[in-house]
Amino acid sequence: MKLYIDVEKKLGEFSLQVKADVSGERTGIFGESGSGKSTLVHLISGLMQPDKGEIVLDETCLFSSRKKINLAPEERRIAIVFQQAMLFPHMSVKKNLFYGYKRCHSENRRIKAETLIDLLKLQPLLQRGVKNLSGGEKQRVALGRAILANPRLLLMDEPLSALDDRLRFQIIPYLRSVSEEFRIPYLFISHSLTEMQLMTDHILAIKNGRCMEETTPEQLARNWMAQSPKGYLNLLRLADPVKQNGLFAYRWGKNTLLVSGGDATGESLFELSSREIILFKKHPEAISARNLLDCTVTEMFESDGRIGIVLSVNGEKLVAEIVRSAAEELHITIHSTLFAAIKASSFRMLA
Amino acid sequence: MKLAPEDIVAIWLSLKVALTATALALPLGFAIAWLIVFKKFRGKVALEVLVNLPLTLPPVVIGFFLLLLLGKNGWIGKLLDSSGIPIIFTWKAAVIASATVGFPLLVRSIRLGMESIDRQLIEASRSLGAHWYDTLLTIILPLSLRGILAGSSLMFARSLGEFGATIIVAGNIPGITQTIPLAIYDYASSPSSNAMALSLCLVSVIISVTVLFLHEVLSRKLDRRSTL
Repeated sequence: MKLYIDVEKKLGEFSLQVKADVSGERTGIFGESGSGKSTLVHLISGLMQPDKGEIVLDETCLFSSRKKINLAPEERRIAIVFQQAMLFPHMSVKKNLFYGYKRCHSENRRIKAETLIDLLKLQPLLQRGVKNLSGGEKQRVALGRAILANPRLLLMDEPLSALDDRLRFQIIPYLRSVSEEFRIPYLFISHSLTEMQLMTDHILAIKNGRCMEETTPEQLARNWMAQSPKGYLNLLRLADPVKQNGLFAYRWGKNTLLVSGGDATGESLFELSSREIILFKKHPEAISARNLLDCTVTEMFESDGRIGIVLSVNGEKLVAEIVRSAAEELHITIHSTLFAAIKASSFRMLA
Repeated sequence: MKLAPEDIVAIWLSLKVALTATALALPLGFAIAWLIVFKKFRGKVALEVLVNLPLTLPPVVIGFFLLLLLGKNGWIGKLLDSSGIPIIFTWKAAVIASATVGFPLLVRSIRLGMESIDRQLIEASRSLGAHWYDTLLTIILPLSLRGILAGSSLMFARSLGEFGATIIVAGNIPGITQTIPLAIYDYASSPSSNAMALSLCLVSVIISVTVLFLHEVLSRKLDRRSTL
């Protein structure tokens, strides 16, 4: 997918001015509330008209003030998954799902409805009304409805922010697997660094209606480390733990991690804040933290006066965060060997 | 309860006028409510004022304006007269009077129904490939049904009670343009006909209660359907 955007839009006091050339199948648009993310979604989808500029998706010009082109939303084939599922309340799940499908020209229909319904586990819900569905079910139906419209591009406008944490991370695998299975490129809009890390390869960061940078999820997480309330978030996928003295012992590459809250079956996703890792130059004598990992510094970066230390723990990557004075006192440089102490309760299970 | 044959005709005529006025005003009321709620255009405020004007004007004034417009020398009246369609002092004039007076109530209710629709539902529909008219029929219309129903009931009830504008443009001709309120007016002017007036009042109450009852039943049906 190639999306060229060069638009200007004034809305009262707020003005959006974005110029970007986005390519890739999994692109994120990152920004805080009020930064103009949703306005951008409206402009790309045709629900709002820019004051001037140009929007080109692949080879198709969607909008050009110069050439006086403005394709209607239904001609753009850009489906949206909103923050709230926005299911049509007077229709059943099945009718919601097929709303876009029925309006899609037969030559553009390449997605098999049965496959999608199976993938999203929607079969038992088909005949139900939409009002009594849970938040997660609603969002799965909304996703299915958008995909079945066979769009060229899927816009996901903060699709997880209305859900609680547990549901949020249960939906992410669906979002990813559906777009991968049916090869539909997407723009994922969010203000969550974790979601950006899990959902995107490439990010357009916007602030106050202006495009700030084009970056990667990793670089974005590093840039935001000092400002973010939780620092840099290490995301770890761990599976099949063994119970050990009331804790869960997970294999992590060649290492073992002791975690206080886990799930005995299957794979789980954990979040570990860079601020929860304590670094020692020498092996500490006796500590209460249940994880003491032998590691080597592979990279160092700075984020607003805080130092990010990228560690290799037997080949596995971990980012710790310390203040500059601590880095200087410990004489930490690249290739330094350190010990990282992490409490078993510092791991937060997301899904 | 005692009803004269002309009273039966008046009841029938009242129902016919109210039903026709509501049915005729409904598509236009829906279209105007849609324009006001969803479209941005110049003169929107003027349109809103025009639509709501009959709410604030005395019905007799509305009747007089209609008489000027539809009378033999009025520009619509002249046109219709040359086509052989007489309006003034026919039941059709009563329909026009009722439709004009009840129209703001209809538009207001439909408008309230439309304003309660989440804009993102409409955006979702458009982004899923629906043209504006498709969205209008499949999303806006069904989700405004409660407003349409409330507006129609209100307008029907208002039409049943319409007096001032009707007497000016349709007159009070028994068996031809005399509706229930006009018949009651006739009876009330002679003290010996109080019983007859009371009978017609009772009929009015029965019709109004039936309309309100039907409105409630249909509203509940809509509620049940939307919570399935």
